[in-house]
Amino acid sequence: MGALLATLFLPLAGAIALLFYDREMGKGIRYSALAFSLLTFVCSIFVWLGFDASNPGLQFVIQQTWIPQFDAGFRIGLDGMSLLIVMLTTFIMPISILASFNSIHKRQKEYYIMMLLLQFGMTGVFVALDTFLFYVFWEVILIPMYFLIGIWGGQQRIYAAVKFFLYTMVGSLLMLIAIIWLGMYAQELTGSFTTNLLILRDIGPQIPAETQHWMFLAFALSFCIKVPLFPLHTWLPDAHVQAPTAGSVILAGVLLKMGTYGLIRFNLELFPQASEYFAPLLCTLAVVGIIYGALVAMVQTDIKKLVAYSSVSHLGFIVLGIFSMTPEGIQGAIIQMINHGLSTGALFLCVGMLYERRHTREMSEYGGIMRIMPVFGVFFAIAMFASVGLPGLNGFVGEYLTLLGAFRSPFLNTWVYAIVGATGVIFAAVYLLIMFQRVMYGTNDNPKNQALHDLTANEWFQLVPVTIFMIWIGIHPPTFMKYSEQSTRALVGKVESATRGTTAFTKELEQRTTNDRAHLHPEPAMVEQH
Amino acid sequence: MMDLIAYVPLLPLIGFAVLGLFGKKLKNEALIGFIGSATVGSGFIIALMIFLSMIGMPEENRSSIVHIFTWIQAGNFSIDLAYQVDQLSILFTLIITGVGFLIHLYSIGYMHGDRSFYRFFAYLNLFIFMMLNLVLASNFLVTFLGWEGVGLASYLLIGFWYDRKFEGTKIIWTGDAAKKAFIVNRIGDFGMLVAMFLLYTAVGSLNYADINSAAVATFPMGGAMITAITLLLFLGCTGKSAQIPLAIWLPDAMAGPTPVSALIHAATMVTSGIFLVARNATLFSLSPTTMAVVAVVGAITALWAATIGLVQNDIKKVLAYSTVSQLGYMFLALGVGAWTAAFFHVMTHAFFKALLFLGSGSVIHAMHEEQDIQKMGGLKKYMPITSRTFLLACFAIAGVFPLSGFFSKDEILWHSFVSGNYILWGIGVITALCTAFYMFRLYHLTFSGKERFDHHHVHPHESPITMTLPLMVLALLSAVAGFVGIPHVIGETFGHIPNYLQEWLAPVFATANAQLHEHHGTAAMEWGLMGFSLLVALTGIFLASRKYNTNAYNAAEGQPGAFAGFRKLLWNKYYVDEAYYGAIVEPLHNSSRAFLWKIFDVKIIDGMVNGSAELVRMSAEGLRKIQTGVVQNYALIMVIGIVAVIGWLLVQL
Repeated sequence: MGALLATLFLPLAGAIALLFYDREMGKGIRYSALAFSLLTFVCSIFVWLGFDASNPGLQFVIQQTWIPQFDAGFRIGLDGMSLLIVMLTTFIMPISILASFNSIHKRQKEYYIMMLLLQFGMTGVFVALDTFLFYVFWEVILIPMYFLIGIWGGQQRIYAAVKFFLYTMVGSLLMLIAIIWLGMYAQELTGSFTTNLLILRDIGPQIPAETQHWMFLAFALSFCIKVPLFPLHTWLPDAHVQAPTAGSVILAGVLLKMGTYGLIRFNLELFPQASEYFAPLLCTLAVVGIIYGALVAMVQTDIKKLVAYSSVSHLGFIVLGIFSMTPEGIQGAIIQMINHGLSTGALFLCVGMLYERRHTREMSEYGGIMRIMPVFGVFFAIAMFASVGLPGLNGFVGEYLTLLGAFRSPFLNTWVYAIVGATGVIFAAVYLLIMFQRVMYGTNDNPKNQALHDLTANEWFQLVPVTIFMIWIGIHPPTFMKYSEQSTRALVGKVESATRGTTAFTKELEQRTTNDRAHLHPEPAMVEQH
Repeated sequence: MMDLIAYVPLLPLIGFAVLGLFGKKLKNEALIGFIGSATVGSGFIIALMIFLSMIGMPEENRSSIVHIFTWIQAGNFSIDLAYQVDQLSILFTLIITGVGFLIHLYSIGYMHGDRSFYRFFAYLNLFIFMMLNLVLASNFLVTFLGWEGVGLASYLLIGFWYDRKFEGTKIIWTGDAAKKAFIVNRIGDFGMLVAMFLLYTAVGSLNYADINSAAVATFPMGGAMITAITLLLFLGCTGKSAQIPLAIWLPDAMAGPTPVSALIHAATMVTSGIFLVARNATLFSLSPTTMAVVAVVGAITALWAATIGLVQNDIKKVLAYSTVSQLGYMFLALGVGAWTAAFFHVMTHAFFKALLFLGSGSVIHAMHEEQDIQKMGGLKKYMPITSRTFLLACFAIAGVFPLSGFFSKDEILWHSFVSGNYILWGIGVITALCTAFYMFRLYHLTFSGKERFDHHHVHPHESPITMTLPLMVLALLSAVAGFVGIPHVIGETFGHIPNYLQEWLAPVFATANAQLHEHHGTAAMEWGLMGFSLLVALTGIFLASRKYNTNAYNAAEGQPGAFAGFRKLLWNKYYVDEAYYGAIVEPLHNSSRAFLWKIFDVKIIDGMVNGSAELVRMSAEGLRKIQTGVVQNYALIMVIGIVAVIGWLLVQL
């Protein structure tokens, strides 16, 4: 309990503590922020150690009434999925802060306060078990992120920041309406309005399909903007390109995961019937996004924009996995959230390191960097291949499982999504290798690139931890995936019993499992029907 | 004993890690070379020990699964990292570690003085590790790990000299060639991914053993499902093994250092496709359609590449097209159900093609990086070991009795003939003629005749012992390897010599063979065909020698003439690269840039977003004008409003 509270509130405490610092003592501010984020990471390790992977339910649950009038409470807790994403958050933050040391020179005090506030908000989103609390955290994040882009960003930072803000606001307003509607429905059913997710989890599936559809759409719009799902993605390239390196790392690493997390936590869990109804639509958009993002990434000349569009493609796999509504697909989606955070985070770190040295993101300004920055090149290459989805590195595990889930999903009931989505593996290689060729290979004949230095100690500290986890997840994913295995199974069981009415389907699934174990297909003729 | 197999891939992995992390600090070439070679060499010794113990075992005990750990687990899906040691995988392991070791040894001499010496050996070790995973895997996903892993190693090694230029269609740097190889292979990998999904859905497992035992019961002969699966798997094979339509990457892969071409792009990696089909022979045997496709693609690729090889002037390019062509033979064999013959050719080809590449490396080394055979000639005087071993390899690949290539190639041609595929057999024979011709053209232009290089700049010399020793060992193997697979007619004549290879591999292909019709030919027919193909080979050798084993050759000769148009077509490789670029790559790029990005993303979606923002702003501007501050106006509007509401209520009543 204490560990989870500490993980949530330490960054806030840090932000408040930084308020009292003298703005002149830049070094003190930087290292204090780093210390707070590291301490938070240590606390989250205790959460990790205390977590029981065999328990599918919510753990570390804390409930306190906050606004009794509409039963809003301070309710937090974790299941396997939230644990993994919280760990990702606490892991990415110290690295992002480290990455800011050399790039942020103005208004350092405010900057690090914003960073810690951001961490507070993000952790809150992932642990909130109350729709109102969730909404508050969701909105809290907007403020620091708006300022991070708007103050410390690139040349068109204001445009990007406002676009980011407005896009997100439109979605979250609808979400607020749905949250209230949901509470009112609970009132109809139980006699009292509530935002308690623990109660709403059971109420959600009882809502008639027609109503569910509207609530589903309200939540989904908000989350899909965040993901971002095609065609709601156009805020992302601008925000990424304009944000400072650390902002991009957090944006890609954690913020986008708020959308996919929400889709699982709210859409799938609260509205299973509506999920089944809308799954084909969302999967179609996901698959279109996979290919669209890759094709547009392929023709970029700005490295950061390329990586930004690659996120659209990668997040498509996650959404596809989620709405396959199979254990394989959702487990794949969850690990892919972590993977994308690590590998795209690492790519943004690398792009940031180049930018620090040359102050340009145009690929044509580079070439032959491998010769002059060989160690950097190795890390860059590993991050790239993780992103390409090479087996042995993390990206493959997630992509494979999401596609497998989509392929075998009884809800989608067609192979088309998985097969079309799988072409994404070709395109991922195309755009990333083009980038690597232009930036790293060839000869270094730009006079401005002659004196670049290889990695600094600070940069080693950023890249080594990320790389270790990219390899670890690639070689032995069960270390991490076992934490969300049980909660995912429980979720899928819930969705299936809600949509298929009886447990007959669950039994059929059980039967299939037994057959899988026996490695024999009961009726070969069935295969031909597809 | 079998458990020791885990060390075979583990050792090169350790070598990769040590060299990759600390290689730069080691600085000592001898030490780096030792680490790199010893890890592979000891792997070979372990594999050999396992192989010898397998020979002593009863047949049914020769296959076993070695479990390492659970790799991926989610829901019902669970995949182990596990190795399957059996008659097929142990032979592949021996070839990979054996030839791999020789090439490592050779590289110590070849890469001497390179600034990234350690990096080269690290990559080579990585390659060996991945290749062993590919062939030792007990399930599809571990094979896929190796499959993509060798692609990675190939990418890294083709682009090893990333700051050098390389000539090719739309290729400027070696890195472009590396990129092309990786991407083209990924198209094949897509096929493999989908095939794996289908297989898992149909059989419920990705383990080879399960699939092999369940296949016949699961898939009806010639059904749509099995045809789809095998065709998709074959798409993967056309990528890795450079067959039509994905053959285009291999010639450009020659941008890598020559030992890489020998190891990866001739002896081992490119035979992965043959391995995959052989490993899943049962699946393929269930789909006559796929078998026909495999055979036809193999035969056409064999001829296609052989004809291109006739006119190329880059020593490595000739060998590259030759490799594509020989791989075509192997697929032809698989397609007609001659599984053993295909593997036999994998093995003999590994020996003589590695020898040819290493020999060409020795020549390139001696000629100071010159690869154009028009600027060579007369080198046999300076390089006795290289030239003699090269000549032997040329005889072997041409299929001259009793060298290894004769036996393996003849078995393929024989099987295509008796299975009734006379056209494919004919293509195979024409290919054999071309093969003999271009190989001896290559040999003579390089080693015989007048010296056409500039003596002031080039001082040819024989290579050091680390390079010539592997040449000699490979030459020995190229000469004698054929004796493990002597055809029955010859074996019977010379006193009951069995076809060792066929007997050894028989259990692996038992289920598959049960699905196929058996074909028999008469002994006389077999002798006749054997004699005929030998005659064809000798004809090719004779024609090439008459034309090129002469002092009179000059580069300009022969360009115009009766076949000028055809020659140009061959010289430009049938314009396949150009067609792909024109029909696929460029339209995709252009439409992505001009439409998807510049119009759809920026104009349409963002236009709508910004447009709605603009709409809000403009309506706000408009509404602002209503706020005049004049109270009378407000009162007027209020009255209008009240009247309207009352009016509406009255209408409702």
